[in-house]
Amino acid sequence: MINVTGLTKVYGTNKAIENLTFNAEKGEILGFLGPNGAGKTTTMRVLTGFLPPTSGKVTIGGFDIIEESIKARRLIGYLPETVPLYPDVRVAEYLKFMADLHHVSDVDKKVDLILAKVGMQERSNSFIHKLSKGMRQRVGLAQALIHDPQVLILDEPTIGLDPAQIKEVRDIIKEIGQNHTVLLSTHILSEAQQICDRVLIINKGHIVAEDSPEHLQNRLSGARRVTISSPGNAQEAVELLRLKLDYSHPVIIDENTLQFENHPDQDLRSDVIRLLVKNNIEFSEIFSESINLEEIFLQLTREESSTLPQVSNVTTLPVEKE
Amino acid sequence: MHNVWTIAKKEYKSFFHTPIAYVIGVVVFLVLGIYFWLQLNYAIQYQSFIPEISSLLDLLLFPMFFISVPVLTMRTLADENRAGTLELIMTAPVRDWELIIGKWAGTYLFFLTIIASTWIYPLILNLLVDPGIDQTLLIANYLGLCLFSSALTAIGVFVSSLYKNQIAALLTSLGVIILLWIISSPAQFMTGFGADLLNYLSITNHYYETFRSGIIDVKDIIYYLSLTFLALFLATRAVEARRWK
Repeated sequence: MINVTGLTKVYGTNKAIENLTFNAEKGEILGFLGPNGAGKTTTMRVLTGFLPPTSGKVTIGGFDIIEESIKARRLIGYLPETVPLYPDVRVAEYLKFMADLHHVSDVDKKVDLILAKVGMQERSNSFIHKLSKGMRQRVGLAQALIHDPQVLILDEPTIGLDPAQIKEVRDIIKEIGQNHTVLLSTHILSEAQQICDRVLIINKGHIVAEDSPEHLQNRLSGARRVTISSPGNAQEAVELLRLKLDYSHPVIIDENTLQFENHPDQDLRSDVIRLLVKNNIEFSEIFSESINLEEIFLQLTREESSTLPQVSNVTTLPVEKE
Repeated sequence: MHNVWTIAKKEYKSFFHTPIAYVIGVVVFLVLGIYFWLQLNYAIQYQSFIPEISSLLDLLLFPMFFISVPVLTMRTLADENRAGTLELIMTAPVRDWELIIGKWAGTYLFFLTIIASTWIYPLILNLLVDPGIDQTLLIANYLGLCLFSSALTAIGVFVSSLYKNQIAALLTSLGVIILLWIISSPAQFMTGFGADLLNYLSITNHYYETFRSGIIDVKDIIYYLSLTFLALFLATRAVEARRWK
């Protein structure tokens, strides 16, 4: 449904996005993940025809967004990050206006239907400026869905919502994603993990990774990280491991704690424990945890921005003891 | 056309969402009403004085429309641009010219409503005087007023398309209108082509020298229509250019 080839957008001398190539199929929820300023919003603006690309090609449902702009735009439902609404207008009136612009037939019925879908039937007569942030977000979503678009483009759809509202919006998106193509941007990893079928990680205008959330999670050299608490002996333990089990790549965290990464296909835990016991190095606790997408994300985006000061890594945080 | 109508309808309705439309309406009726009443009283005292609709409409044009056109047009596009709703309209299947014509038409319709509502004064006057008022003069006056405000509104919409800030749009369109209003003044010290050009450009000459005295000249109609067209064309280009920034 969405085909993007070699997309570049330059503002003045600043390259907002460079040579992006990706596509999204029908019934797929594609997540666009990246820190703020990565180029997510710019990409979406180019995809929806609001901004022209400097170079590259975008087609929506086979229609070029520049050459056959109106035909392509008919297929798109779009919710910009700022959720632009008319404050002085009533909810139903606003949705009718948007429906009219998209040439929706049987507008009144459609507005009722969409309001029910986003759970806003009771507020259809309220002025938009009286609505809470969460409700506005839902009206914005309703506006994007009013013409039953084949492609839904949502820029940070859950930003600024409380946890209950976030869940509601995510559920709506998941439901829509079953038979529409959804492209959503987010800087929250867990969100991408929960909703998306596929994730593109974008940083500084480049795609740095593209995979399913599960695969991305497995991408880092090991899927799990093992932490050993060995009060006072961490230094000694690490030296021993380096000597005898070099490929475990042990890391010392503090004088009481060390960590190593454990590959699923090469379980080192029993080897390590055996070695420590044999050499009389006492330890009080050993546990393993999955390395989450958050860290992969940090790592991927940090590789891109090595000039930036290193952000405090999760691995350096003191390990909680029970 | 469907999109033009959708946008125009929304624009027209939006004037009634704010107090501005009501304030302008009330002020127009108060000022014109008082002036009309004074004219009638004057006519009763001095038999030679003839109340006329033309001078009533002068008041409507200046200062009423002179001020309210920039005030009402300033938000048309600047506010959509600031609020980000322009992004939604421009990513909907709406052509840029449809947006501009719709915005202009909705605002113009509001001014036409005000103009139409002032018909009450000639109607009253027609009942009071014998053998009735000059219908040709009346029609010329109203036709001129409609054309004049069409051009003013188009200028306001064009200026609004250049800004995100409403106040900047207000001041600029006021400036442009003042310029077109007084542009022929230096012509009295000039001769030849320069004077002709300035006289032709003047937005007021085409009304006060013809329509105002009951003359309907195609040349003046063309002037106002082309000014309207030009402003709307430039506004469309300005919105298009926004895409290329």
